[in-house]
Amino acid sequence: MSHVSNDLLADDIEAYLALHENKSMLRFITCGSVDDGKSTLIGRLLYDSKLVFEDHLAALESDSKKFGTQAGDLDFALLVDGLAAEREQGITIDVAYRFFSTEHRKFIVADTPGHEQYTRNMVTGASTADLAVILIDARKGVLTQTRRHSYIVSLLGIRHVVVAVNKLDLVDYSKEVFDTIEAEYRGFAADIGLSDVVCIPISALRGDNITGASPQTPWYAGPTLIGHLETIEIADDLHVGPLRLPVQWVNRPNLDFRGFSGQIVRGSVRPGDRVRIVPSGLESTVERIVTDDGDLEEAIAGQSITLTLSDEVDVSRGDVIAAAGDPPRVADQFECHLVWMSEAPMLPGRPYLLKLGTRTVGATVGHPKYKVNVNTLEHTATRTLELNEIGVCNLTLDRQVPFDPYVENRDMGGFILIDRFTNQTVGAGLLHFALRRADNVHWQAVEVDKDARARLNSQRPAVVWFTGLSGAGKSTIANLVERTLHQLGFHTYLLDGDNVRHGLNKDLGFTDADRVENIRRVAEVARILVDAGVIVLASFISPFRAERELARRLIGEGQFFEVHVDVPLEVAEARDRKGLYAKARRGELVHFTGIDSPYEPPASPEIRLDASGTVPAVESAGLVVEYLRQCGVLAPPQEPEAATDPS
Amino acid sequence: MTRLTHLQRLEAESIQILREAVAESERPVMLYSVGKDSSVMLHVAMKAFYPSKPPFPLLHVDTTWKFRAMYEFRDKLVEELGVELLVHQNPDCVERGINPFDHGSATHTDLWKTEGLKQALNLHAFDLAFGGARRDEEKSRAKERVFSIRTAQHRWDPKQQRPELWRLYNARKHPGESVRVFPLSNWTELDVWQYINLEKIPIVPLYYAAPRPVVERDGTLIMVDDDRMRLDPGEEPKIRSVRFRTLGCYPLTGAVESTATTLTAIIQEMLLTTTSERQGRVIDHDSSGSMEKKKQEGYF
Repeated sequence: MSHVSNDLLADDIEAYLALHENKSMLRFITCGSVDDGKSTLIGRLLYDSKLVFEDHLAALESDSKKFGTQAGDLDFALLVDGLAAEREQGITIDVAYRFFSTEHRKFIVADTPGHEQYTRNMVTGASTADLAVILIDARKGVLTQTRRHSYIVSLLGIRHVVVAVNKLDLVDYSKEVFDTIEAEYRGFAADIGLSDVVCIPISALRGDNITGASPQTPWYAGPTLIGHLETIEIADDLHVGPLRLPVQWVNRPNLDFRGFSGQIVRGSVRPGDRVRIVPSGLESTVERIVTDDGDLEEAIAGQSITLTLSDEVDVSRGDVIAAAGDPPRVADQFECHLVWMSEAPMLPGRPYLLKLGTRTVGATVGHPKYKVNVNTLEHTATRTLELNEIGVCNLTLDRQVPFDPYVENRDMGGFILIDRFTNQTVGAGLLHFALRRADNVHWQAVEVDKDARARLNSQRPAVVWFTGLSGAGKSTIANLVERTLHQLGFHTYLLDGDNVRHGLNKDLGFTDADRVENIRRVAEVARILVDAGVIVLASFISPFRAERELARRLIGEGQFFEVHVDVPLEVAEARDRKGLYAKARRGELVHFTGIDSPYEPPASPEIRLDASGTVPAVESAGLVVEYLRQCGVLAPPQEPEAATDPS
Repeated sequence: MTRLTHLQRLEAESIQILREAVAESERPVMLYSVGKDSSVMLHVAMKAFYPSKPPFPLLHVDTTWKFRAMYEFRDKLVEELGVELLVHQNPDCVERGINPFDHGSATHTDLWKTEGLKQALNLHAFDLAFGGARRDEEKSRAKERVFSIRTAQHRWDPKQQRPELWRLYNARKHPGESVRVFPLSNWTELDVWQYINLEKIPIVPLYYAAPRPVVERDGTLIMVDDDRMRLDPGEEPKIRSVRFRTLGCYPLTGAVESTATTLTAIIQEMLLTTTSERQGRVIDHDSSGSMEKKKQEGYF
């Protein structure tokens, strides 16, 4: 390793280690396209800090001959291009983390591709970076992609930017070229709020101004790239803000010890500090800061610790222990920036999971207010967000969460969205502020409740949800079930897909987004009817699992019965009572379930009915009624518990 | 205190990862290979859950061909720390007597380690396993996630890996799937050694130089650790001062000549040397994409 006194290493290893044990750490991201020489730059940083070992170097030499783009010269890019598939394509397609070290600092580099469709990767790499190195090819100057990278850097809250004007050797180390690029970049950076910008003329290939000042650029008096990265002060204002400790784990080795473990993401804490548990709002005092190395007098942002409190307050994973005098706000509706990271587009209204800090909650995203064209920074209207798109949306959570705006603290305002079925991380977002709307719409407490209404009706309300392809026979069976229940004296209501679309949902079409909204509204109506004490029969294609699950959660387990009216597509299509399949096949109907829009069958419905034609509809309806009887839905309601005397 | 050193930051990050993984899994386990990275990972785990013990067992996927010193070290450490250790030896291998001499290093490693690991994870229905791998070890590992999802067949699919932002890890999985978690992802070999030095973490004595009986084969020094070692006709073990930079099955692990008998001397030697860590392992040598292939098949 260069930049370390090799003499010290050889002569006084103890002194050398003491020096190196007290280094600081800097995480940075490199942004640029394949052609800007980004991989070459990182390869060069590793090579110059002698972190390339002899056997890697041998592999590099043979690889350079095989895949290299430098006519047999060492191709540093090959040191960092990892996956075999990428190597063949000649581009990096994911985020890779590299490590090197100098006398003063350890560096973690997030290497992300600059290719147009990989916004996702850059956002990922930027989320943990303290600084960004933006590469510009001296021959090309500030390009669209430079603006895109700078916008993402600014969005993700990276305050320090180094513009490395690369390939200066190819423009004869021209001061004019460098000055023009610097002036143009600074003008643009100011517009998007990047203030700490340092421009450095380099050649990654030749090593100019990387570790040592280049004799080729006598006109440049600024720092070398490494020199700057080694010495830049990353303003660590994280330590001075109010305490935020998201609780990861409740530590209970025995009945005498109850500690709360987590990593401080902002501020500092000392024994005796007054703290508030959010969202519960309970207050207590810090008793001890417990670590395996002994109790601490103080702990600061970045440290992983365990706190004990002086009172027996209820604290769980997901809570935030915060400075009592300056706690985070609590809300369940927000405006946010959202970066979409999945091939499947964002669906407004679809229930996702949201992870913020150590808390995971249910979330739905509203229609985007706009999306940002990352190249021009223009705002355009949109109904959804596709892979790699960034938009501004409202977010509704199923419970209140503690938060700080992202600009104040990344860990208290940065979240991910998870698809409930694929379990993939599909989006990442930055909270701006809480919407007042939720604060002002209070839940109206009513005295006559669901149980009371059910008792008056002498029945147990429930929802029987029929799902299946068009033409499966859902409505026919639902109709028969309703008739039977009615004859037995039950209060019922049949919600039918076609009928609802004539009224409540006549503003909706058949796109995926509209289908989601259709089912959301129906589920809400069904919930109101159940609340009113009615047995609801809902007959909807309802092609997506996610929305049926939403309905199930809304209604509540034990009152929701999913009936899969199961029919092979060929059979339904052959029946085609309404002639819709034929139309869809001719292309006159788009987004038709089974033809050009998917149907996701239920994994474990309460009832599966064979609707291929071998079982008559009357028999199927009988099965449903029998099932409801066995589940107790058709039994009389429970008597209320004896009221306790309030005196 | 105003700022953290790089080792303090790394330790705090690893602790955060360990706690997050435990909080989001049903049956976690820590893979313990007896090597120095495992020692560091276990040390950090002891800190992460203190004053509780780590709420998971250790799992050693054993090949029966490790150095004797490794078994002694393992059993002593586990007793001292008071943690639970599970040892799994692939029963098919035991029955068939799989060994590196008759079956070659690739088959030996695949059956004992890769298959053995899958068996053990299935047997105990572990849904999350900690591993000590670091991103700086090998090029294809630079892109490995901290939380890496494996299919029910324990395969790694590069396309199914999830983006990891901030400190937010998505550990959700379908039944049968599992997660591999690498708390030391962002550590380098130098960080590991510095931390061992600073924290006085015990490591297997084989890392220190000592006079040991070795034979030289294809330029690699192999230690004759027990009488199962097959010597070629006329081959005589010679006593040389050697140490190991990486530990595995003794017939497959090359020693280096060294006189470094202290930790600082080892670090000094490592910093002055110019060959990288995994070179001593025979499995990496076949082709440049080989680790990636192994990973897809379920090797750690």
